[in-house]
Amino acid sequence: MRVTVNNQVQSYDGDPQMPLMWYLRDELGLTGTKFGCGIGLCGACSVHVDGKVVRSCVTAMSDVSDHKVTTIEGLSPDGNHPVQKAWRQYSVPQCGYCQAGQIMQAAGFLNQNPKPSDEDIHSAMAGNICRCGCYERIFTAVKTASQEV
Amino acid sequence: MKGENFENQAIIENVSRRNMLKGVATAGGLVVAAQFLPGVAMADGSQAFQYKTGAGGMPGGVVWDPHVFVSVATDGTVSIVTHRSEMGTGSHTSLPMAVADEMEADWSRVKVVQAPGDEQKYGNQDTDGSRSIRHFIQPMRACGAAARQMLEMAAALQWSVPNTEVRAENHQVVHVPSGRKIGYGELAKTAAGLPTPRLNTITLKDPSEFRYIGKGEVKIYDLHDITVGKAMYAQDIRPEGTSYAVIARPPVVLGRAKSWDAAAAMKVPGVLKVFEIPPTPMPAKFAPLGGVAVIAKNTYAAIKGREALNVKWDDGPNADYDSDTFKQQMAETSRKPGKMERNEGDVDKALAGAAKVIDREYYIPHGHHATMEPPAATCRIVDGKPEVWACVQSPGGTRGDVAKLLGVPEDHVTVHVTLLGGGFGRKSKCDFAQEAALCSKEMGGQPVKVIWTREDDIQHGFYHSVSYQHVTAGLDENNNVVAWRHRSVSPSLMSNFMPDPKRESALELGLGLIDTPFDVPNLRLETGTAPAKTRIGWFRSVNNIPHAFAMQSMVAEIAAETGRDQKDFLLELIGPARIVDPRKDTSQPLWNYGDPFSTYPIDTGRLRAVIERVAQEAQWGKRSLPKGHALGIAAHRSFLTYVATVVEVGVDENGNVTVPRVDTAIDCGFCVNPERVRSQIEGAAVMALTISKYTNITFKNGRVQQHNFNDYRVLRIGEGAMDVRTHIMPHGIETPSSGVGEPGVPPFSPAFFNALYNATGKRIRELPLGDQLQA
Repeated sequence: MRVTVNNQVQSYDGDPQMPLMWYLRDELGLTGTKFGCGIGLCGACSVHVDGKVVRSCVTAMSDVSDHKVTTIEGLSPDGNHPVQKAWRQYSVPQCGYCQAGQIMQAAGFLNQNPKPSDEDIHSAMAGNICRCGCYERIFTAVKTASQEV
Repeated sequence: MKGENFENQAIIENVSRRNMLKGVATAGGLVVAAQFLPGVAMADGSQAFQYKTGAGGMPGGVVWDPHVFVSVATDGTVSIVTHRSEMGTGSHTSLPMAVADEMEADWSRVKVVQAPGDEQKYGNQDTDGSRSIRHFIQPMRACGAAARQMLEMAAALQWSVPNTEVRAENHQVVHVPSGRKIGYGELAKTAAGLPTPRLNTITLKDPSEFRYIGKGEVKIYDLHDITVGKAMYAQDIRPEGTSYAVIARPPVVLGRAKSWDAAAAMKVPGVLKVFEIPPTPMPAKFAPLGGVAVIAKNTYAAIKGREALNVKWDDGPNADYDSDTFKQQMAETSRKPGKMERNEGDVDKALAGAAKVIDREYYIPHGHHATMEPPAATCRIVDGKPEVWACVQSPGGTRGDVAKLLGVPEDHVTVHVTLLGGGFGRKSKCDFAQEAALCSKEMGGQPVKVIWTREDDIQHGFYHSVSYQHVTAGLDENNNVVAWRHRSVSPSLMSNFMPDPKRESALELGLGLIDTPFDVPNLRLETGTAPAKTRIGWFRSVNNIPHAFAMQSMVAEIAAETGRDQKDFLLELIGPARIVDPRKDTSQPLWNYGDPFSTYPIDTGRLRAVIERVAQEAQWGKRSLPKGHALGIAAHRSFLTYVATVVEVGVDENGNVTVPRVDTAIDCGFCVNPERVRSQIEGAAVMALTISKYTNITFKNGRVQQHNFNDYRVLRIGEGAMDVRTHIMPHGIETPSSGVGEPGVPPFSPAFFNALYNATGKRIRELPLGDQLQA
């Protein structure tokens, strides 16, 4: 099978049931996509498939055959997506581990809903856990980014 | 990221690719030798610092020599070593920033380099106990100032002018009379050859000249890398040829695998090896739990191989551990006289003669860190020398433990510290790094990464200790508290280090019980016995959580019983501003977080001040609140820092609880990085709200009953604590800095439940809240 990752076509002939997350991390070395729970409950592994947010830990390789996957490394050529900029403006992260997943979730969500209400932001980001507790700043950054995208 | 590039990243930069992006000069440009010079005051220089801390008493003590911590490249890039681990508290930023400030380095030209585990060289590296700023702000300021003086000296030598005519200023040295300037890069070679000035000849900056210290304007060092996915954690390390291991660990501590189907696991494509790791008898320190390891070409294959193992377990002596039964046992213990730990006056007599006795019991279950990055470590062994990459808070201890495990000299072991995806105390225990060492050894030294899944993490942790707290207060006819008896029953984390410690140690009592600050004539603190039936470990703020929950809930209960305001009564019970010195009244020497009492006494004036400040900021008693909303307050000293919190809760008719606003006042002495102090307080509120509402690890048949974020809930966005206001008490540099990472946690839960009582009239005495409001 073939899969496009960050605009590069890759061929894959391993176990079609292998979660996309392990392929990205162990085989392509795209470790910006994080392992957090393995069952789609924490959002640390969020990537975009054809522009929509998915949890790569519960997305099988067979599901992305002939699709386009974007990871945090490919979100923006210069790392200056409005969400990334807002993240830096508010110094959102503490440990930083969940943040790539948070950013991918926020970027995908704002793509679908560029003018969200506060409630929309809470509901869109509720699938992404931050154990350090950066939620207040995550909210502020997403709201700020929404005024830019 | 492979081969030589990997070497560069992992060893020279170690944690961040930012250095590559900045186009720093190659290693040849790092001209300051990382060597001690003989005859320079170092580890025991603490006497020359402004105030004494306990840093010298930690393994490795204090090192401040700029020859160890600072390099200047010929292009002017200043490299500053961070010897502490970065787990989100800001240690990659705040201490290097202090060095840069004192040495007049321009932060935009600074790169931060993570030290490997080597406490002889760098001083103590245990990133726990809220110690990084507390123990190292003075040494790191001295380090920066010494580097500045060496650069000034180098300029004076190059220009052949007197020392007194030159002054370092923003990455260059100025010859004051002539106005000539020379950049740090041009001085690097000369400065590198100079001896470190003696501590008593170092002139620190006047605080009015600080560029970065105390300002909170420096962005965290790893910020850019984090936002573009380049920050490297232990889960992300993969040297050339890495294979991946997961381990089936015994579901009961001290259990052992009886049988397993290695052939079935080996049939899974990609599985390379299956082998047993035997358990270590208690006290096991941080040795691996044992189990059956499966090594494969990728993580997925390893996980599939483990699923095929079908391990049968011999559960061993802890199979009877049952949380419900244990709770009842602890409750009964708490109702009998315990061991005296601190005694003033005669509590029994005062209680017998009291007009009113209020007797309350509180229960706090096991908790687990659930760091967003589950534990992970990689090890390879080349020519008998192990090289480990791990997300550890304790790189020095990890080095020693791996050396001992593999039977090699400690200086043959290299421990690279990655970024830590959360720590909270879990990563102070290096069992996962030891597992990686065993796996690599089994693979003939090939690199192996041990990955913990989330289920591994939640089921095989070092758990925050379960605890039962029993407080009895006696009041006279005027409702003055004349007797205060507090019994604490909790298995001890010392069970990792000694056989059956039976009760909380002096260290655990020091965590917020022995320093009880109340002005009561008859006061008695006691402990009861409780065995450790699982691995007990530090969890952010540790025993302060149960101690503060009980004490500060009890204060509000007495206030309610006697019709007084929570805040007013709290201040009344604390009494006038004074130094509380319990040292003559304790059963064993007071543990004051390992720091001298003279520098960090128990100061009720400062405790009162944070209460008064937070009450004012939160408009206590004056704020108009919607129906169903109320405020609660609590205060607690921990890690030598004073914190008071006011929590607003809102409760709807279905018993759903929100936390619209939190106010926290913190007195951490001189505040080095206010921006990161705020982030720690925000995070502490979220973590403590999780503790209050959800955190509960329970055991049945010796097994942890929770698995993943489905049944071990943690707070999500919008569930409360989205408006946290941090009020930092202003202090000059002369006030010793104290801890920040942990002290935000302990007062939160009692403040939350005191608010909940004010909103609903219902007193919750067992954590977590769960559905108790609906019951």
